[in-house]
Amino acid sequence: MADIQSNSPAPIIEARDIVKHYGSVIALSGISMKVLEGEVLCLLGDNGAGKSTLIKTLSGVVKPSGGELLVDGKPVTFSSPRDALDAGIATVYQDLAMIPLMSVTRNFFMGREPRKGIPPFRYIDFKHCDAVTREEMHKIGIDVRDPNQAVGTLSGGERQCVAIARAVYFGAKVLILDEPTSALGVAQTSMVLKYINHVQQKGLGVIFITHNVRHAFAVGNRFTILNRGKTLGTYAKSEISIDELQNMMAGGKELQALSNELGGTI
Amino acid sequence: MTEISKIPAASIKSDERLKKVSVLTSLMRRPELGAVAGLVMVVIFFFFTADTSMFSLSGMMTILAPASQLGILAIAASMLMIGGEFDLSIGSMVAFAGLIFGGLLVNFGQPLWIAILFTLLFAALLGAVNGQIVIRTRLPSFIVTLAFLFILRGLTLVGLKWATGGSTQLRGISEAVGDTSIAGLFSGLAFQGFFAWLAENNLIEKFDNGMPKVAGVPVSVVWFVGLAGVATWVLLRTRVGNWIFAVGGDANAARNSGVPVDHVKTGLFALTACAAALVAIITVLDAGSTDARRGFQKEFEAIIAAVIGGSLLTGGYGSAIGAFFGAIIFGLVSIGLTYTKFDSDWFQVFLGTMLLLAVLFNNFIRRKVTGER
Repeated sequence: MADIQSNSPAPIIEARDIVKHYGSVIALSGISMKVLEGEVLCLLGDNGAGKSTLIKTLSGVVKPSGGELLVDGKPVTFSSPRDALDAGIATVYQDLAMIPLMSVTRNFFMGREPRKGIPPFRYIDFKHCDAVTREEMHKIGIDVRDPNQAVGTLSGGERQCVAIARAVYFGAKVLILDEPTSALGVAQTSMVLKYINHVQQKGLGVIFITHNVRHAFAVGNRFTILNRGKTLGTYAKSEISIDELQNMMAGGKELQALSNELGGTI
Repeated sequence: MTEISKIPAASIKSDERLKKVSVLTSLMRRPELGAVAGLVMVVIFFFFTADTSMFSLSGMMTILAPASQLGILAIAASMLMIGGEFDLSIGSMVAFAGLIFGGLLVNFGQPLWIAILFTLLFAALLGAVNGQIVIRTRLPSFIVTLAFLFILRGLTLVGLKWATGGSTQLRGISEAVGDTSIAGLFSGLAFQGFFAWLAENNLIEKFDNGMPKVAGVPVSVVWFVGLAGVATWVLLRTRVGNWIFAVGGDANAARNSGVPVDHVKTGLFALTACAAALVAIITVLDAGSTDARRGFQKEFEAIIAAVIGGSLLTGGYGSAIGAFFGAIIFGLVSIGLTYTKFDSDWFQVFLGTMLLLAVLFNNFIRRKVTGER
């Protein structure tokens, strides 16, 4: 990703002036952003900045009130998450990714079960599914002893990785990760970050939503900062330092002052 | 792609903190384990306390007939529960479908096959309405279907009085049906030829005139076993089955993964109502009449059988074959007590205790399965 700014190919996904109103509340007032192949775009913002609304718009959960969404340079409208999935945009939600009571295999193929047999007697090819699940888990370094074990037995980091692996396996071009590390411990966070990096190298575009600047800086190529439904700007990694990012995200000097007061970095 | 293979190499060591999956654990993962254990215990109990005639072929048929009627409801109820919803209106639906069915035959003089088809379609429609109300209003299905419990029961009473001119029992169904071959699919006994052959070869008890003491299997038992088989196959092996588990486990996560949540739930409500209609058709044809108390409190019995069968009240987990065993336990105890010296009114005490134990056991199993502590 040497040259991001100029003459690069059409972005995989681009949002132009996205506006979203909920009644009289303006959640997004003209957000623009784009993601290129093999790049991690970090969306940073404090609570209420409009991160969730933006993801919901990109993943087809809500329709924008205005603005344009382009996939591979062509305008699209999504009326359901299914549409977004079919366009290659997969979203991994913080806590809604997996169903704990179902097996890893059943979760992995949920909504896209491969079938065999003649209708109406078609059935899921579980032998194939189990093999694929085991292999994909092996690739990302999760040793699933038994793909029929419930997802509830996996750790939080493993669940995130399984959800990402599932999206990748089903041919996602863009991955939207909604605070994948916010509920995780240090070791599990590094496991997820490592995997994000790995996915990026495969040529996928990643939108990484977080409010942890360190996690963002570890894997991000560019950073878009949201504040109160607006973009405060997009910066390449070379253009900005981790402290500047932190300040912009917090939206002012208060945090810096507090940080000095406490004698460290927040 | 070389990058991919590098990562696991470093971290694929097996975690020494995890124990191997034992046979016991993988058995514990089966939701119907509790029901099977319960069945074994109940059989042992009756083996020591009941008259031996209970375990004769005719004793078995006496138990299986009511168990199968409840079981058809319980299997559908368990699928709906796995899908995360309840239907408290199925008992009333049995009565209401009975009215529709009887009314079509007696009052409108329709042939049997039209009456059956229309009753099933009408029930499916009502079930779908139930489902749509639950989905659109986002009210708990408990409340919506509780309302329908009373609405349908009341409609049945009103309708019966209208159809009969003041009575709450509609008679004359056997006469209206006449002699058609379809009736054999829904009433009477199956495999009579086989049982006659068994008697001929002295494999089962027979009367002095050579006729077998048990002439065949009640048709409802055949439906019961067939539905249990189909439902289990659907749940465990098909895409729709996966969707049912997903929808009950977490409707949001399922929707985000592209599962048509609303269709699945509506379909399950329609299926449950159809099961009630099937029970109505079978029992009305057997009795030759229908009345307002048909299916009374069956909704609770069906849910209890499903819970005993390992279905979680919160959805996302359970089994149809478990509900099958749950219904058999139900039949064993309700009929079995009359073979013992105990007062058969102990039945309800037993039922409540069994339900409580089953719920506790299910919760324990769920924690085991999901690794919650």
